[in-house]
Amino acid sequence: MEVRFPSDERPPAWKIAFLQYVIAASFLVLLVGYWRLQIGQHRLYLDLAERNRIRNLPVIAPRGRILDRDGRVLADSSPAFSVLLMRETLADLSPERRAGIARGLQLDPEELRATLQRTASLPRFQPVLLKQAATLEDISFLESHRVEYPELDLIPVQQRLYPKQQVAAALLGYVGEVPEEMIAKLGSSYRPGDVIGKFGVEAEYNQVLSGRDGMRRVVVNSRGQEVGVLSTLNALPGNDLRLTIDLDLQMAAEASLGDRAGAVVALDPRTGEVLVMVSHPSFDPNDFAKRIDPKEWNELMSDPMKPLMNKSIQAQLAPGSIFKIVMASAALETGTVTPDYIVNCAGAVTIYGHLYHDWVFGKRPVHGAVNIHKAIRESCDVFFYTMGKMLGIDKIDYFARGLGLGAKTGIDLPSEAPGLIPSPEWVQRVFKHKWYAGETISVAIGQGSVVVTPIQVAHTIGGIAMGGVFHRPHVAFQDQLRALGVDTPDTSPHAFPLSEDTLAAVKSGMWAVVNEGGGTGGAARCPGIEISGKTGTAQVVSQTLENSEKNSEFKSTAWFVGYAPSDKPEIVVAALVMRGEHSAVAVPIAREVIKAYFDKKLGPKPPDNQMETQARVLSQLRPAIPPKQLPSAYNRY
Amino acid sequence: MSRRFRMSDIDWFLLGLALAIAIIGVVEIYSTTLHSPLAGQYKKQIYWILLSCVLALVASRLDYHMVLEQTPWLYVGSVLLLAGLLVAGHSIAGTRRWLQFGPMSFQVSEIVKLIIILVVAAYFAHRRTKAVTWGDLVKLGIFAGIPAVLVALEPDLGTALTFIPIVAAGVLFAGIRWQHIAVLCLLGILALPVGWHFLRPYQRERLMTFVHPTQNTQSSSYQVTQTKIAIGSGGFWGKGLGNGTQSRLGFIPVSHADSIFAAYAEEQGFVGTLLVLLLYFAMLLRLLDGAQMAPDRAGAFLLIGLAAVLFFQVVLNTGMMIGVLPITGVPLPLMSQGGSSLLFTFLGLGLAMSVRARRYVN
Repeated sequence: MEVRFPSDERPPAWKIAFLQYVIAASFLVLLVGYWRLQIGQHRLYLDLAERNRIRNLPVIAPRGRILDRDGRVLADSSPAFSVLLMRETLADLSPERRAGIARGLQLDPEELRATLQRTASLPRFQPVLLKQAATLEDISFLESHRVEYPELDLIPVQQRLYPKQQVAAALLGYVGEVPEEMIAKLGSSYRPGDVIGKFGVEAEYNQVLSGRDGMRRVVVNSRGQEVGVLSTLNALPGNDLRLTIDLDLQMAAEASLGDRAGAVVALDPRTGEVLVMVSHPSFDPNDFAKRIDPKEWNELMSDPMKPLMNKSIQAQLAPGSIFKIVMASAALETGTVTPDYIVNCAGAVTIYGHLYHDWVFGKRPVHGAVNIHKAIRESCDVFFYTMGKMLGIDKIDYFARGLGLGAKTGIDLPSEAPGLIPSPEWVQRVFKHKWYAGETISVAIGQGSVVVTPIQVAHTIGGIAMGGVFHRPHVAFQDQLRALGVDTPDTSPHAFPLSEDTLAAVKSGMWAVVNEGGGTGGAARCPGIEISGKTGTAQVVSQTLENSEKNSEFKSTAWFVGYAPSDKPEIVVAALVMRGEHSAVAVPIAREVIKAYFDKKLGPKPPDNQMETQARVLSQLRPAIPPKQLPSAYNRY
Repeated sequence: MSRRFRMSDIDWFLLGLALAIAIIGVVEIYSTTLHSPLAGQYKKQIYWILLSCVLALVASRLDYHMVLEQTPWLYVGSVLLLAGLLVAGHSIAGTRRWLQFGPMSFQVSEIVKLIIILVVAAYFAHRRTKAVTWGDLVKLGIFAGIPAVLVALEPDLGTALTFIPIVAAGVLFAGIRWQHIAVLCLLGILALPVGWHFLRPYQRERLMTFVHPTQNTQSSSYQVTQTKIAIGSGGFWGKGLGNGTQSRLGFIPVSHADSIFAAYAEEQGFVGTLLVLLLYFAMLLRLLDGAQMAPDRAGAFLLIGLAAVLFFQVVLNTGMMIGVLPITGVPLPLMSQGGSSLLFTFLGLGLAMSVRARRYVN
């Protein structure tokens, strides 16, 4: 190709001008575009750039420990990791990514979807908790998939740890994720995934135990790796909480109740401090510290023996003969009878045209001539049937309530049950019929509609033993709570004065129960310690049904309440064995706790075999009672 | 046509503009790669600028007619080189663009751009009609099309696309009938579905992202979103040198190369953007001015071709950063890191100076 270059012709000027205009117009458009981004929307994009590079990571405050009165650890925190979803740079998680995350973290895809939906409305700078207690596999998945899933992050957290496992589980309660209603509440500072106490001490003193979470502002690169820290707001750890519980006594009580269903409560009647609180069957609160799996939860919920219930404060059962202490106090205090008043017990008595049997009827020799001392000692039903008739329901009701039954004791634990003392007004209101005089006779021996809780029994008998001074039971030391700035309820004791004579007669009756021949609680005798108390065997169904059905479900409730020393009580113990059949099974439990108390107080420090005891207790604590049909009395729970 | 050299033969204004943009580019490359594995790349860029500058001065001393006479050989040689690359070239990151000279690697397609400019200039210098014929269009289409297809196969669609404005500007200045434009537009529209068929998945995604920018934040529109965030967050004065978080923390991909303008706009703000765009604008006007004063058709077409391709690249690159144009792998001339692109641009400018230097001669 031969190229020649004539120089005659130039490009027309209008075409150059046209090109100049095109270039000028294009640059103008570009400048407008840059102007809009850099000046018009500068704030928006600056904000986006900051969110790109800055992550706000929560620093989880460790929850305070729960200690026994000697400072032994009942609930602790151990380091763990949680998986977070950082949503700042993320529009929405596509279904494929969601499935990938669910697979990698072994989460239920449906549950993950629900979690994301629930948290969709939260501000984007708040990360979403995807998994608590990440396993080693989860952590290695995250580390190896940082580039694919830059939106996932791990943060160190504190996992609740209950070193004594099932011991005092119902008292301590458990922790779990904060429920949605609480997050939704106006002014709530909770975020999804926050851990709060859900039951027991953990719930009651959640404010004390939970600290304030901190925040770390870190700089990350485009792959989500941390490259620097901007600021750190340290977490404020929660406060330790010391309970009035004595772990040594608690262990003794757990061991002596064993695998039977029931409850043991021990109080210091001088102060109301709770020394022991056992509820069996128990559960392991450690299972709740990780996310509890639905199967396990269903098992716990459907167990007829209700392991998740604190029977010490929630089981409402007929007190049986324990109620006779209230009857005796009322009869003497009102002057209805004197201590010398004699009733002749022939094994049964006819009142209002109906024959009422004594518990000895057909099994043992009749009680014969009975004064109030012997009536308490031998738990004579006929004597108290007679007292019931003489007192009438109104006076019984007045004294029972005055002595602390049929109402919450006000213990510092959630979900306390009030129990029930029936009155004509109550019957009218609930059953819409008039009070039958015969009902009074049943109430007189702690049957009928009367129901109480173990904590009420210990509270009432402890108060009577103290001469009519009732201290509100509590599990947390009041001084400590005041020091922590927690509002404490009125701590002044409630007084229901009984005359010296009444107290002397009732207390001597309770002394005789344990210490005199013929007493129903002789098994509570313990060398070197003077114990007083009262037994109770309460039917859960009518006598005829109990005789016809030999099912364990209909077996009577066994009660014993004892205190020691008899003259200047320092400890009162209420023991309850459900389906115990006879009070005799409850008596040794209370004795063991009282013995442990005085062994510890008086004796030299016992060799440290605590670990061994603990192992034995734990081995006995596996729920052993097979699920069966619910007996009628449980419906009252 | 040999003359004595005079200082005024060199277009100091044009050279100054080019060097200013290139130095701004070096500073930004330094800033954005400072704490990355690419730290130190700016030195390489400086060496390339110096080399290119020297070659530009040499080119400005050449008579461009002499260069144009070599066009057929250069063209045949470059097509063979491109074909050879496809057959035997080293594959780097899945593409065969690079020719290796010891420690230096060189992107052949950048130099082919210059050769296409020469081809168009030579063609129209030779052919003087009032308007191009279908025959002209077909011939030019084939001349530019063969290397374009070879480059597109590397694959480097962005560079292949830059051949279009060269031919288009040449044809426009040679004179084209409206009927031809209409038919070409129609053909272009009809070719769209066929072209779509030949696009690679990532290229389709980029186009779709351009059409629906908000649909997909994770992958391809992620790039646009992040460059927009970088530019917007720069504000009026910018975050300052070395303070661009978007580029330094890796949110902008290849912030030293194709995306350098986003990194620059983040750190220097609208003021910086305005400055660089004005420099480019002045450079393009200077080239068109040169075309106006060129002593002959050949020189004018050479300058117009160069101006067209630089204009196309600057607008496409800066436009795609703010999402007004789809993402294409086109470097920003003079600023983006890369020796081949620098060399092409400076050589082109050297030839432009050669044309300008002869404006008073007849």
